[in-house]
Amino acid sequence: MKILTEHIDVPGIETIDVFRKHGGYSALEKALKTMSPDEVTEEVKKSGLRGRGGAGFPVGMKWSFLAKPEGVPRYLVCNADESEPGTFKDHYLMMKSPHTLIEGMIVSSFALGANTSYIYVRGELMYVIHILEKAIQECYDKGLLGKNILGSGYDLDLFVQPGGGAYICGEETALLESLEGKRGNPRNKPPFPAVKGLWQCPTVVNNVESIAATSWIVNNGGEEYAKLGVGRSTGTKLISVSGHVRKPGVYEIPLGITVEDFIYADEWCGGIRAGHKLKAVVAGGSSVPILPAELILTTAAGEKRLMTYESLSDGGFATGTMLGSGGFVVMDETTCIVHNTLTFGRFYHHESCGQCSPCREGTGWMDKILYRIEHGQGRQEDIDLLVDVAKKIEGNTICPLGDAAAWPVAAAIRHFRDEFEWHVKHPEKATQPGAVFMREGASWTL
Amino acid sequence: MTNTQTIQFPADTLELVHKIINRYPEGKQKSALLPVLHLAQAEWRWCSPEVMDYVASLLNIKPIEVYEVATFYTMFHLEPVGEHVIEYCRTGPCCLMGGVEVYDHLKKKLGIETGETTADGKFTIKEVECLAACGWGPVFQIREKYYMNLTTEKVDEIIDELSK
Repeated sequence: MKILTEHIDVPGIETIDVFRKHGGYSALEKALKTMSPDEVTEEVKKSGLRGRGGAGFPVGMKWSFLAKPEGVPRYLVCNADESEPGTFKDHYLMMKSPHTLIEGMIVSSFALGANTSYIYVRGELMYVIHILEKAIQECYDKGLLGKNILGSGYDLDLFVQPGGGAYICGEETALLESLEGKRGNPRNKPPFPAVKGLWQCPTVVNNVESIAATSWIVNNGGEEYAKLGVGRSTGTKLISVSGHVRKPGVYEIPLGITVEDFIYADEWCGGIRAGHKLKAVVAGGSSVPILPAELILTTAAGEKRLMTYESLSDGGFATGTMLGSGGFVVMDETTCIVHNTLTFGRFYHHESCGQCSPCREGTGWMDKILYRIEHGQGRQEDIDLLVDVAKKIEGNTICPLGDAAAWPVAAAIRHFRDEFEWHVKHPEKATQPGAVFMREGASWTL
Repeated sequence: MTNTQTIQFPADTLELVHKIINRYPEGKQKSALLPVLHLAQAEWRWCSPEVMDYVASLLNIKPIEVYEVATFYTMFHLEPVGEHVIEYCRTGPCCLMGGVEVYDHLKKKLGIETGETTADGKFTIKEVECLAACGWGPVFQIREKYYMNLTTEKVDEIIDELSK
């Protein structure tokens, strides 16, 4: 069952005519001609759709928090700042089928009573911004944007805003600061954006994939959407797959398939590249805990792990992880966990906005310590020092970047401490090009 | 303030700047800063103090408001760069796909290190964090174009083509 990507490979789907031939903009017509804004919101609530940017917060509930004072404009801002390492689904969707997002933007803006909306796209994707702007112009030309859309009396202007290359702007309040033309420093909360957001007006910020899903929900009803998936993980999810699988790429999966099927079935990743074995997976973008092969395939209790919010987090951080953004990074036995952790540590050090000391200083410390372990200058006490620094960042910052930086380091040591120790004890071996520690008896040992 | 008289967008870009300012409510023209900085960098290759002062004057904001933003965001070059700025992704997933080897080859081929510009001013290499193309790595970007699934052979082809 595909909701967002059913027609994504149809030639010309980026144009409004082809998009309409395949059912595009039918949700817009239905919403504007036959539904009230509250009825649209109600369907989204019923759908159980959860925020697809990573946090997994129910979209309908987020919408219901939006303050609606008289005479004050409200805004919908689409978070297309996709920057979490391992994640490239929004890039794929917008590049291939811009109207899928735009239709969702119009339907969602209508539900929220917003008359101006923005899509904030990471600046590196300038070519995607051009694709979106072209598609938006088509909508203005056909009367699907602008004044009195389809004679409904509803007005909407939609603009694309480029970022400037800052991961932190994926955090919604940093994104709003950036959209106001400032440095992307996250704001203290409360007030939440739903009360004081863009230019201090009530604002909803949603991820690309969340917004895109609202069209299908309007067309088919929230209850139909909720029938897909398992439990509180309703609907479909775009999973970005990178690393050592036979077929990396973006897959739209029904939530609830097993992790094992997702990795090994031909329909999805097609298994690990020939001649290699699964060692570890980062299942939801760089910030979620890495899991070794056995724990990603089955929970600590021995049950098959599913691609759902609940199953992936089963066992907490001791033995579980998170679905996060769906950035699924697969590693085979050739992967040096220390090196991979170093690239993540370096990433968060680079991307910390510098506002909170635990994150600004702590990410720098972790980066430096990881660097010296990887380069053969590590000390035995460095491993516990990393854990200690990670603990001191976690929970002590304004925004979740601090947690996002701490978790991957702590998890790598939790599950691969022997690999870190090997680097410290045998620097002459560990610093050889391509050298990787092989755990004796591990399922990935060749 | 630096003399900004010699720095001026062409007429069509100026028109675009005014269109961009109109995307925001009255008095909120500062929101146009990132889009206009991108236009400025496309025009002058890098954001010199003079260019930033000019942007400030266009948006009727203080130069410091432009400096603090331009220094925060990775995409803005604060020093002169070559004609082609190659920004390669150094983050985990691209490394898994052989990124380190490919980028080493790139540096060797151009005879420069990350952060440097070739003597002829043709190429600058910068390393950046994740470009949201992990499944198509290794990846680098030159201006707006993404070059994906890079191999050492592909790097040779791209550089040879751009060197012509």
